Amino acid sequence: MKPASRMTPGRVGLYAFLIMAALFFLVPLYVMLVTSVKPMSEIRLGNIFALPTAPTLDAWGMAWKSACTGLECEGIRGGFWNSVKITLPSTVFSIIVGAVNGYALSFWKPRGAKVLFSVLMMGAFIPGQVMLYPLVRALAAVDLYSSVPGIVLVHVIFGMPMMTLLFRNYYASLPDELFKAARIDGGGFWRIFFELMLPMSTPVIVVAVIMQVTNIWNDFLLGLVFAGSDNLPMTVQLNNIINTTTGERLYNVNMAATILTSLVPLALYFISGRWFVRGIASGAVKG
Amino acid sequence: MSNVSIKNLQITLGDNKVIDSLNLEVKDGEFVVLLGASGCGKSTLLHSIAGLIDVSGGAIEIGGKDMTWVDPKDRGIALVFQSYALYPTMNVEKNMSFGLRINGTPKEEIKRRVARAAEMLHLQPLLDRKPANLSGGQRQRVAIGRAIVREADVFLFDEPLSNLDAKLRTELRRELKLLHKQLGATMIYVTHDQVEAMTLASRIAVMKSGVIQQFDTPDTIYREPANLFVAGFLGSPCMNMFRGELAVEGGRTLFRNEHMSVDVSGYAFRQPPVAGTRCVLGVRPEDTVVSSGGQYRAGTTLVEAMGAHRVLWMDFHGTQLAAIVQDERESGAFSIRSEAVSLFDETSELRL
Repeated sequence: MKPASRMTPGRVGLYAFLIMAALFFLVPLYVMLVTSVKPMSEIRLGNIFALPTAPTLDAWGMAWKSACTGLECEGIRGGFWNSVKITLPSTVFSIIVGAVNGYALSFWKPRGAKVLFSVLMMGAFIPGQVMLYPLVRALAAVDLYSSVPGIVLVHVIFGMPMMTLLFRNYYASLPDELFKAARIDGGGFWRIFFELMLPMSTPVIVVAVIMQVTNIWNDFLLGLVFAGSDNLPMTVQLNNIINTTTGERLYNVNMAATILTSLVPLALYFISGRWFVRGIASGAVKG
Repeated sequence: MSNVSIKNLQITLGDNKVIDSLNLEVKDGEFVVLLGASGCGKSTLLHSIAGLIDVSGGAIEIGGKDMTWVDPKDRGIALVFQSYALYPTMNVEKNMSFGLRINGTPKEEIKRRVARAAEMLHLQPLLDRKPANLSGGQRQRVAIGRAIVREADVFLFDEPLSNLDAKLRTELRRELKLLHKQLGATMIYVTHDQVEAMTLASRIAVMKSGVIQQFDTPDTIYREPANLFVAGFLGSPCMNMFRGELAVEGGRTLFRNEHMSVDVSGYAFRQPPVAGTRCVLGVRPEDTVVSSGGQYRAGTTLVEAMGAHRVLWMDFHGTQLAAIVQDERESGAFSIRSEAVSLFDETSELRL
């Protein structure tokens, strides 16, 4: 018979801690959700934990369509589409670049591969702010400053060290014989990459997609500096909404806009969380 | 079909010379086994023939053409790996036809070749399966099939049977031998298993630390090992060794030490024997004849039953001896078939 689980003092402490931790992370979300469906008259009462008495989605509609971001009052939807326009190509290109880099570094081992890799890794540890000004000048020189291709390029560059490391480690875990066999079969650089290595990379690609989408979607600084006023990403628009006050502060609209902005990474985690863990844990193919 | 000729080959990995001025001639259609303990450079040699390792000196010729710096795919070779190295995302058919699809072979021809290889290796029912759904033996068959499909002139095998269990190994070994007869292609096979080497090879090259110790037919290598290393490496149980010296007495040549004296007048000395040479006498266990009327007395320490025969371990003045017997009742003494012994110089370790 299974021994009955008893509430020992240790167990009580454990549960107390877990509940506290859960509350700690859930309370802000609760406040945000609740506030976003309250009309301003209720918010003014000051009971931020109280449930709404007359729930309404007006604030959500306003946040999406007509909240003011500076002088324009078109809501956050423009920023949403800008973020999509920036995130999609940036994710795709940075993963392609990282995969090719990692593949070349771990299988073709060009002369100076180790040096190249160390330099790339150093790049990952230099704070991005150091590179801001030189990058602005460089992009301006090639006419890419303040454009979608420009910000995409910047994201690809900043994502490269991490993506290269990720793919290099994954490919290093594959047996070398596989590559040698393909070489004898006559495969060239691209043929082996597209027909053999890329189809085997699904787990690591899932991890890379989650990392890149989250990073690029959440990015504020690079978007603000490089995207240009027509292509400001959602994060920057959100900041503008919250900082634009005409009369009273519309807390419900701010809350709704914030939730809308964080919806994409949140959804991504919910959909692919399982694969994410699997991809990180497995790494290698089973023989 | 092609011969392979390796001239003064030098391979340096990192800072150490793995192979230094190695020469090897493999004839057209021959089955050559490179035999040696792990780390002796045999796989390195094979991979350099395949073009997967850059050489630092010397030349590799395949079919009379210098292939030292030619790309692996253009050498007319096929390589079978110990770990099979099947492409995990492709099914068996795609695995076998990958190389042909790359070099643009017409579809009909690909189909014909894959069908032929699949028939040879009994893979027809498995063509749609992914490697993950195959057993070890089946995987290695697919890997061999991939080599056959290439219709290469030279087949290279890198310990292809080492990952299989004993029964499968015996089975696939036989199939490989038959395959060689059927295809008639030149094959070079790396292994550390002496049974594989003895059964498969037309000639064996025994290697130790990057140097070929002896390159000859399996029989010659077994009966007339060129040095002490070869003598000790082949044969199970190992050759029995006695230390002593040569003596010449009244036209007869004797091997002598304090306990024994063996007439070796019939031995094919490479140079005329010199009395007083310190040497080692090697006797195979099957040439150590055990009978109660034997010349030398020795106590039995252990009997190993092998089914068809028994291995009798004896202690002869502190030396462990093995003898192969049919029946353990005969024991207590042994004699030596002096016409089947080997003699080695004690210092140079070379065959006398």
